[in-house]
Formats: sequence, structure tokens, C-alpha cells
Amino acid sequence: MAEFKKADSMLEWFDQRLGVVNFAKVMMTEYWIPKNINFLWAMGVLLTVLFTFLLVSGIFLLMYYKPDAAMAFDSVNYTIMQEVAYGWLFRHIHAVGASVVFLVIYIHMFTGIYYGSYKKGREMIWISGMLLFVLFSAEGFSGYMLPWGQMSYWAAYVITEIFGGIPVIGDELVVWIRGNFYVADSTLTRFFMLHVLLIPLAILGAIVFHFYSLRFPHVNNEDGEFFDFDEEAEKYLAGNKKESKVVPFWPVFLSKDFFVLGFFMLFFFYLVFFHYSFAMDPINFDKADGLKTPAHIYPEWYFLWSYEVLRGWFFEIAGISGKDLGLMAFGFANIIFVLLPWLDRSPMVKPANQRPYFKYWFWLMMADLMVLTEFGKLPPTGPNAWVGFWASLVFLVLFIALPFITKAEAKKVEGK
Amino acid sequence: MMDESRRGFIGKAFGAVAAVGGIASLIAMKKTWDPLPSVMSAGFTTVDVSGLEANKLEVVVWRGKPVFILKYTADMKPTDGRSVKIGENYFSVMIGLCTHLGCIPGYEGDKKLFKCACHGGEYSADGKQTFGPPPRPLDIPPFKLDGVTLVLGEEGPEYKKMTAKA
Amino acid sequence: MKEFKILAVIMALVGITYYGIEPYAHSVMHPEVAPADFSFKDLKNVDTKLAGNVENGKVLVEANCIACHAIEKAGHPAVMPNADAAASYGVVPPDLSQAGRIYDKNYLANFIFDPVSAMHLQHKYSPESGKAFPMPSYNWMTPQEIMDVVAYLQSIAPKVAEGKDAHKATFEAACGRCHSMKYAGIEAATPVDTIKTYMGATPPDLSQYIKSRGEHYLHSFINDPQLLLKGTSMPRVGLSEKAQEEVIAYMEEIGDSKKAERESLGVWVLLYTFIFAILAYLWKRKIWSEVH
Repeated sequence: MAEFKKADSMLEWFDQRLGVVNFAKVMMTEYWIPKNINFLWAMGVLLTVLFTFLLVSGIFLLMYYKPDAAMAFDSVNYTIMQEVAYGWLFRHIHAVGASVVFLVIYIHMFTGIYYGSYKKGREMIWISGMLLFVLFSAEGFSGYMLPWGQMSYWAAYVITEIFGGIPVIGDELVVWIRGNFYVADSTLTRFFMLHVLLIPLAILGAIVFHFYSLRFPHVNNEDGEFFDFDEEAEKYLAGNKKESKVVPFWPVFLSKDFFVLGFFMLFFFYLVFFHYSFAMDPINFDKADGLKTPAHIYPEWYFLWSYEVLRGWFFEIAGISGKDLGLMAFGFANIIFVLLPWLDRSPMVKPANQRPYFKYWFWLMMADLMVLTEFGKLPPTGPNAWVGFWASLVFLVLFIALPFITKAEAKKVEGK
Repeated sequence: MMDESRRGFIGKAFGAVAAVGGIASLIAMKKTWDPLPSVMSAGFTTVDVSGLEANKLEVVVWRGKPVFILKYTADMKPTDGRSVKIGENYFSVMIGLCTHLGCIPGYEGDKKLFKCACHGGEYSADGKQTFGPPPRPLDIPPFKLDGVTLVLGEEGPEYKKMTAKA
Repeated sequence: MKEFKILAVIMALVGITYYGIEPYAHSVMHPEVAPADFSFKDLKNVDTKLAGNVENGKVLVEANCIACHAIEKAGHPAVMPNADAAASYGVVPPDLSQAGRIYDKNYLANFIFDPVSAMHLQHKYSPESGKAFPMPSYNWMTPQEIMDVVAYLQSIAPKVAEGKDAHKATFEAACGRCHSMKYAGIEAATPVDTIKTYMGATPPDLSQYIKSRGEHYLHSFINDPQLLLKGTSMPRVGLSEKAQEEVIAYMEEIGDSKKAERESLGVWVLLYTFIFAILAYLWKRKIWSEVH
């Protein structure tokens, strides 16, 4: 090892030991992002900030929360909400944040689909993103159980019951997951562990992985244009900032993100203080009671579309019961987005509106997801059940048809 | 040559031992999540029905749910697919949650019916809905007969016969 | 301009979805019911226009009511401890000190005439049920006599009730014989086992009802439970509009005690965030002027 010179400054002292100057360049000032982007490119930073909010508010809630079926409800609704100074604020931020984080995840995800940012080298970005979606879903579901209200209890009951549909091991699997024959104290304590430790650890790891996966294929841009990042970076460093197609992560890219973040926070805090009941269902302010089913049981809004895919199949087809069909459709819906890079057979990386066939597919899918979400909440009776069935079927057909649609699109574009 | 194959063998052996340890740990972790013995034993409620009084409702707790056991009097007719013959007597064995919204109905012995206080639903003594909002009869839990003992949580032949009929 | 278009599309999609899963879905699951009626127009057995005679009312009350009811305010203590009273009647009979204030005049008069029809509990105390409400009907009294009783009860009742303590007193008189309020340390006056037998189910603890039911629901529900929960054994209690407002105010003071803090802090945080956003925008403009 070379001998150390005496450092002239604190920066140099750290640089000698940790290489901070180079690190800052790699991570910040010479990490290149395309210039041709709109505010949808700020969703990643928004999600990072929201996750930080959730982590910090969660830490404060953790200090007063009691993971015990007899004490959980009052520890949340009395101790935290009414006694702890600003405990209510942390809970509101945590609950609203958990709901809004899914809104931003969906915007982030559909932005990726719209601009084709999941293919031609960007597959790992997409897969790690979908991994984060799954982890956030598990985090949301496990966390929703903790206040031990009626909706916590019955949503947990209904969702864990779904696993009972798996052939052969189903019934035992449900009991194994719950640690009891019904949702009980054992279920609460194990989901508590998952919510505060295991899943957050996995999320942190997956976030790092997601960021890392951006490094080689680089961030996409508004036109799906491929260019040489090194060349553009050189232009920028040489002072041709206006000509260069890239900007550094810090300060240029982040300054735009902070601006978007500022206005997003206005919306977020409005919800936190004045309009929170969409994320804190009134029914959940009744304590969990295994002997009293609420009139309507529904999951949080971000699970409604896949819940409706499950529920849409309510009658027997070809000897297979509606329940099994629903379970199959549900399984399909939950893995199909991951496979998107391989279902899209067109090599085009362009915004959807510039793709002759894909644009119809994209907007149809969006409309179908909205219909599924809406009817996932409504009681599944009469015509609602049929709308659910058709919307669920359309969802399956859309994804099965995607390879053919995109193949045809590729041919058409080539033929031009 | 010798050296390399030995290294190959040791490498494989090391890998195998590590894998065994890993699998063993996974099994232990899986078992940690299993329901506890106390939970398992509570999952099978055993009731001796020989001492029950006719037309007086017995409520036992099974898997967190109330289960109604009602011994019929001589003049109460058994219902095919709903009444259970234990020894010489007929019984109703049902999960005591109203099929409307899950309240616990009460039994009114003089009128031989179950009445739900929440929304006024009524069931006959064999658990069929007779009035109000309940959409279906009271559910029958899986049970097994062992002489005069009723074991809730196991599917015996009598239970299978009943569900096949229903 | 393009960014505004994108924003508009996103806001439209989010707005439509939100409308569907929140206001619309909830209107389907919880249909609107008839508005609360605080004059209890359906009760017509007693002509409430008759002016009551307080002196005669006092005599009638002392002859007919205090065998079961306490009237602490007028020097009639409870006949026996709560647990014994509950065991005898099924539920603790109310102390009538506040009756003249918290109950609507028309309701009170008609309740005395026929309690079960005033409470909308005909389904529970039907002739077939064999059950009888512990208080008999005083339909043998003349309307004038009933109005005398009402006038007396109104004369002894406190006139004003403001602030948390008064709200609490109203809540205890109106709800506290059956319902507990754990977060306020209030336990139902009737012991829990007794009330369970009397009502058919344990009346819920009301600590969080301002959150779980909300003001809007409570406003209709307390006025007439049968409208929203048909078949329930909870009686229509006949609170006057003002007394009901006090009850709901108390439920909010206990169940949502940080509401004022939340709303005032909310304004400051939004103001701060607005300044943050403006500065972020100005900074962004400066930085990007170099690259565009």
C-alpha cells in the first residue's frame, strides 16, 4: 500500500480512505440521465422519498404498537392516535403513504409500459421493479393486519383463505400461514415480524438492485431514442451543455425531481391531514371480531383489480369450479406483468401512441384495469358479477393476445 | 490428475454437506411456523353428548367459532342430511353463526327455533332458515362420531354422508 | 404544454378511479336514508300543544315514576344499586333528572303513553315474543296529565349544557346505561352480562364510533336506528336535536381528540410545502436554464 500523504482538508482525508470524490462522481455528478424526459421520470425519486416517509413513520409507530391480539387495537387507536404527541400524524403519514405509494408505483409502472422501458436491454430493470411491486404488496397486506380492526381481520381472513384453493396442500397451507385454524394472535405476530423486519429488509435490497440495474442499460427517454451516453457525457463535460443529450443526476436531474416532489407533497399532505379515510377505512375502527362479519369485505384499493380477476369467475366451466378458475386467473394476473418483456415481440422502443397496434392494447388494458378496480369494490351481485367476469376475461385475453399483436405490429413497421 | 479428481470430490462433498445443512434449517424454519400443539389440540373439540338435556342448546367453541349442539326431544322430527343420530337420539350439530352477517343466534326452546338478534333472522331447530335475511341454513362443521363422543374437526363417515346429501 | 397534457390525463384516470371506488361504491353500499326527524312526527298519541302544569306534574311523577326511576336532581335517589336494578328490570332504569332536556318533548310525551311504539321496538316486544318492556304504558293518563309530567320534567332539567363535561353528562344519560366508552373510562351502568341478555347482544363500546360510523351515519342512526339497521334491538331513544349534537360532540371529543390539532397543523404544513414547492421550481428553472 502506498504511503498516505498528510491530508490538507477533511475532504481529502475522507477521499484518501473512502474514495469519496470518485464515489460522488459515479453516483451523482457524472451519473448521466437523458435530458429528453418529462415529469413522469420523477416517480422513482418520489417513491424513494415516500418509502423513507414510511420507514421513519413506521419506526415511531413501532415504539408504541403492541403486536398482541388483545392489545393491538387500543395501542393504535388510543395510545398512538390520542396519547403520543404527534402519534396521530405518524399514523396518518404511514397509512396514507402506504396507499399513495401504490398510486405512484402504478404510475411508474404504466409509464414504463407506455414508453417501452422494459425491453431491449432493460429487462432487469423491469423485473427488479416488479419484484419491488410484489414486496410492496406483501408489505401493504401484512401491515394492514396490524391495527387489528374488522377490515384488518376479515381482509386477512379472505386473502389467506385464497391459498386454500391450491390443490392437495391448500387446506394445510392456510393453517400453516395463519398458525391457527382461523386468523388469530399467531397470525398477527408473524405478520408483524414480516411487516417490520423481513419484508422491509428485502425491499431495501431490492431498491438497491433496482437502482443498480439502471446503470448499464441507462434510463429510457421520451422518444425511446438510443444514443451513446459516453459521447454525450463528454460533450456535457466539455461545456456543450445545451447540445448534449444528457444531464448529470446531481444537480440537474434532481432539481427537476424536487420540483415535482414539492407539488406532489402538497397533494400528499392534503390527503394526510384532510382526506385520509380512503386509506383508513372507517370499518377498521371497529375492533376485530372473528364472530361478526362486516357487511362488505374488500381489500385495499390497490389490490382490487387482481381481487376482481379472482372473483369474476363465479360459475363452473367444463367441470372446473368457479373458485378454481378464479384462482388460476388470479395466479395468471399476478405473474403476467413480469413476463411483459417477452410478451412484447416488437423490437420498437417508442411511446405507445407512436406504435400502430400497441397503443390500442395499452389503453384497452388501462380501461380494463380501471373497470376491474371499480367492480372489485362493488358488491358482486346481479349484473356486477357479469361485468366482473367479462372484465376478468378481457384481461386474460389482452395478455394472451399481446405477442400476436406486437408480432403483427413489428411486421407492419418493417414493411413500411 | 489424482489431485484434481480429489479436489473435485472434496468440493462436491463440501457442497453436499452444506446443502444438507441448508435443507435441515429450512425444515426447522417451516416447523417453527406450524400451529402450536396447543392450537392443534384446540382444533379438535371433543364433546360427550350423552349427558346433554333435550331441547337445551349446548354451545362449544371450535376453532374460534361457536358450535351449536342441540339434542332433539322425542317429538322433534329429524331432517335428512341435517340431523345426526348419536346413540338413540338425534342432534343438530351446526356452526352457530348466522349465515347473514355472522352474529350468533340464540335458541328459543319453547318455540324450537333460533333467532338472530342482529337482523331478526330465524332458523328452525335443524338450522334451516325460516325467516328474515339469512341466505342459507346454518353451516355444519366437519365431525366424527366415536360412540357417544362427537369429535369436531375430523370428517367421519356420517359427516361425509350428510354433505353428499346436502 | 405537453407535460400539462400528461398531467391532465393522469388526473382524469386517477379521478375516475377514485370516484368509482370511494364516493360511488360507498353510495351503493350505504344507500341514503330518510333525513333525521327531530320532531318525531309519526308519534301522535298525545297532543303536545296542551300547556302542562308543573305542580300537578310533580304530584303525578312522585306517584307514578319514582318507584323505579331515580331523580337525583329533585332529591329522589336511586331505589337500589345499579346491578340490582339491572337484575330486576333487565336494564338500569334511567335517572329522570335530565329527561326534560335531552328528550324531545313530543317523543317524551308519546313515550310515556306507549314506550314500545315510541322506541320503534314493536318487532322485539311483539305479542308472539312473549317479552314485555319493563316500563308499562301510561295510556290511561289523560293527555293533559302526560303533558303535566313532561312540564315538570322540563322544569327540573338543567337548561344549558356546554363544554366537554356537559357533553359527557348528556352522553351518560342518553347512552351510558347500555354502552361503554372505554377511552373515556365510562362503563355501561348496566352490568355487561345483564345487558347482553336484555338486548340479545352486547351493545358495542362507543369509543371509536365517531370514526367507524362517522358523524353523518350517527346523525341518522341515533335518531332512528331501524332506518339503518333494520331489526336491531337498539331503541329509538328520542333525543332532541341539541342533545344528539352534544352526544356526537362528546363522541368526537373522546374518539378523535386530536382533530383540532390535526386541522390547524395541516394548514401550516401545506403552507410550508407550498413555499418548498415554489422554491424548488425556481431552483429547477435556474439549473435547467444552463442545459436548455
